[in-house]
Parts: sequence; structure tokens; C-alpha cells
Amino acid sequence: MIETDILIIGAGPVGLFTVFEAGLIKLRCHLIDSLGQPGGQLTEIYPKKPIYDIPGYPKILAGDLVDNLMEQIAPFDPGFTLGERADSVEKDNYGKWIVTTNKGTQHKASVIAIAGGLGVFEPRKPPLAGLEHFEDKGIDYIVKEPEKFRGKNVVLAGGGDSALDWSIELSEIANRVTLVHRREQFRAALDSVEKAFDLANTGKMDIFTNAQVTGLGGNGKLNSVTITNKAKEQRDLDTDYFIPLFGLSPKLGPLASWGLGLQGNAIKVNPLDYSTNVDGIYAIGDINDYPGKLKLILCGFHEATLMVQSAFKRIYPDRHLSFKYTTVNGVNSF
Amino acid sequence: MIKVSIKDRQGQVHEVEAPTDMNFNMMEICKANELPVKGTCGGTASCASCHMYVLSDTALPNASEDEEDMLDSAFFVEDNSRLGCQVYLANHMDGLEVELAPEDESADY
Repeated sequence: MIETDILIIGAGPVGLFTVFEAGLIKLRCHLIDSLGQPGGQLTEIYPKKPIYDIPGYPKILAGDLVDNLMEQIAPFDPGFTLGERADSVEKDNYGKWIVTTNKGTQHKASVIAIAGGLGVFEPRKPPLAGLEHFEDKGIDYIVKEPEKFRGKNVVLAGGGDSALDWSIELSEIANRVTLVHRREQFRAALDSVEKAFDLANTGKMDIFTNAQVTGLGGNGKLNSVTITNKAKEQRDLDTDYFIPLFGLSPKLGPLASWGLGLQGNAIKVNPLDYSTNVDGIYAIGDINDYPGKLKLILCGFHEATLMVQSAFKRIYPDRHLSFKYTTVNGVNSF
Repeated sequence: MIKVSIKDRQGQVHEVEAPTDMNFNMMEICKANELPVKGTCGGTASCASCHMYVLSDTALPNASEDEEDMLDSAFFVEDNSRLGCQVYLANHMDGLEVELAPEDESADY
């Protein structure tokens, strides 16, 4: 069991900065994130894009901001549970929270700070009729065990690295691999694209460009997909598996059933300290909502700063919290 | 100020007014009018959550390579597909008509 003072759910910029502000008042933090690396959508979606509204930085790349935050919080030695999704929450007999991830890792903390951004990143699912019906019955969104596809017919859709890389790898073990992509250009690495077309030219793979998967067929289990080309010509292709690879998109996920007051897909908070309707659970950053809310990183930093003050009073109701400026002795004295 | 019309995923058409002096894009206009467009990446052509079809023959700048790359992650892409965040509004675009593209059915907004 991992124990900490503030358990932060979401290791995006706001979750990371919470560690700093908590550290200044000697509260320890541990972060959980479903992604394999810290930074949230800044790292996952737009690491090379500049951000212009971080105070003091006329322009900073999203990935650099995350690197800087990691450096800034390093003195406070936060713990990380990465690549795991916070699934359930319960209270123990002493009033502490126990949060368990989808992989069974347990965390104990006095206070939970949800800094979950737009939610948990999950594969984007194409809106095809009957899709959910065929999930795990021929449709997979990630390739966990390539062996499963040995000797099978597999259709993949997408134009990025994962679509190309998996098509190439599966072409060695599957009976037939078909890659379907909406245009002739691929955004994947050039050598992967060349390799895929070599395989196609030698008859070891089929590549349909200017085409998209528009339908699914089967009874209980997937047995065909419908492919439509730009000229609107359709053809049905027999297949055992369909793997759509359209990237990731954030979803609120399991947090929606934690008993928190919601406003749409955001968690309602008291703007005095960003507390939720559940005592001891706070929500900060893009995931919360209150009158006048703006979904900006800088607002999330402010929310984190005020939130940890409230968390301190909750954890140590009898202690006096004196505010200290970092300008006096730097962060090492905290 | 120009008028643009946005057809939502239920087929309902929303006529909205949009200023042209603030460099707004269509993703922002949709969100400002509480239409179900996510705009996850904040308008940097880094996600495909503002995919829409341009229905009118309004002259628009061509999609950039970045936008085309990102449209690969969209569903049911057509010749008139655009990322709303890359369609910046200008005076000559009065009467622009767009339709929101189908999204992941379990998508949150």
C-alpha cells in the first residue's frame, strides 16, 4: 500500500504543480496517471506545440513546460503510479481514502486531489453501427498479444505509426493483413511506409488507400467489414479481426461513479477551496467547474495553490499554517 | 460580424453570428454556442475532435499538412472535411455552412 498526504489523480501540469505547492507546506504527494509518462495531454497530444499564456514565458513548448515542472517538483520527491487508471475509491476505518487502480495498486491518503483534465485517455472508437456489439468479438483497439492473430485475417484502419507498425508486424503471422487508409499519404515514419508498400508489392499485405471502413458484418462475432472508397464504391471483405487505430481521446471514465457532483462532464467544486461535495476530495484544473471557470493551465495552478491550503487544514485541524515566501530561502528550506 | 450555420449531429441547423475581428475559428464558434465540439487540444490541429464538413462553396484556405495529418484520426473523412479549429473566420465567409462530423458515440463533451 502506497501512503501519502495528498493523492493526486492526473499527472498533467496542474497535478504536477500541486506537488510544489503542497511541498511548501510539507505535504507529501503521490500521482496516478493512466498514461505511461507525466504531462497529461501536453505530452500525449501536443508536446511540440507552443503555449503562450504561461506567466513569465512569452512562449514555451508544451513538452518543455512539463520538463520544467518535473524539475521544479523534484526537491519534493513525489511518487508516481503511471500507466494505471484510478478506478475505485473507499474510506478505511480511520477516515483515510483508499484508491485502487485498474491493475490493483492501492494508495492511501488523507486527501484526494483530482486533476484529471478531460479524463482518462482511451482509444477513439469509430462511430460504426454495431461496433460495441463486436468489441472483443473481432474488434480490438490495441494489440496486446499479436499471437492471437496467427493465421487469421486482420483489417487495420489508420495512417499513423501504430497502424503501419502493427500492419507490418502482423503481416508476418496473420493469414492476411489489410490496411485501410483514407488518403494516399501516410503521416507515419517514412521507412515504415516504404516497408508496408514493399510488403504490398510482394503480395504479403493489402493496402487500400482513399478508402475507409464504413460498416461491420457478422452474427455474434465479426466476420466482415465494408470498405468504401472515394468514388463511393463499396466492397465487403471477409475478416476475423478489425483493429481501428484512430488515436486516443479523453473520457471522464470511472471518476463519474465516485459520487461527486457533476456539471456535464466536469466536477462541481466550491470556488473557495475547490472542494467537491465529498469531504476530503478536491478537483482542480480542467476537470472542475464553478461559476466563471476558465479551462486554462494558469487557472489550474492557482486552484492547486489554494486547494493545498485547505487540504492542510483538513489534515492538521489543530496546527497553525504560516505562510512563507519562497523568495526568503528558496525551496530547500521547505 | 458574419452569419454562419452549423448543422448538429441530429440534423438541426443552428444559425449563429460570429465576429470576424477576433480571429475566431469554427471550433471556438461551436463551443461558444454550446454545440458538441470537444476541441481537446485547444485549437492546435493536434486532435481530431472538431472535425466538420463544409457544406457551402465558401472559399477557404486549403488545409495545411498538419491538418491533413490530423484528419487521419477523424472518422468518415470526405473531400469537404476540415478541422474546425483551422477554419478562421473572415468577412468573405458570411453564409458559411458546416455540419458536425460523426464522433465516437461515447465521447464526452
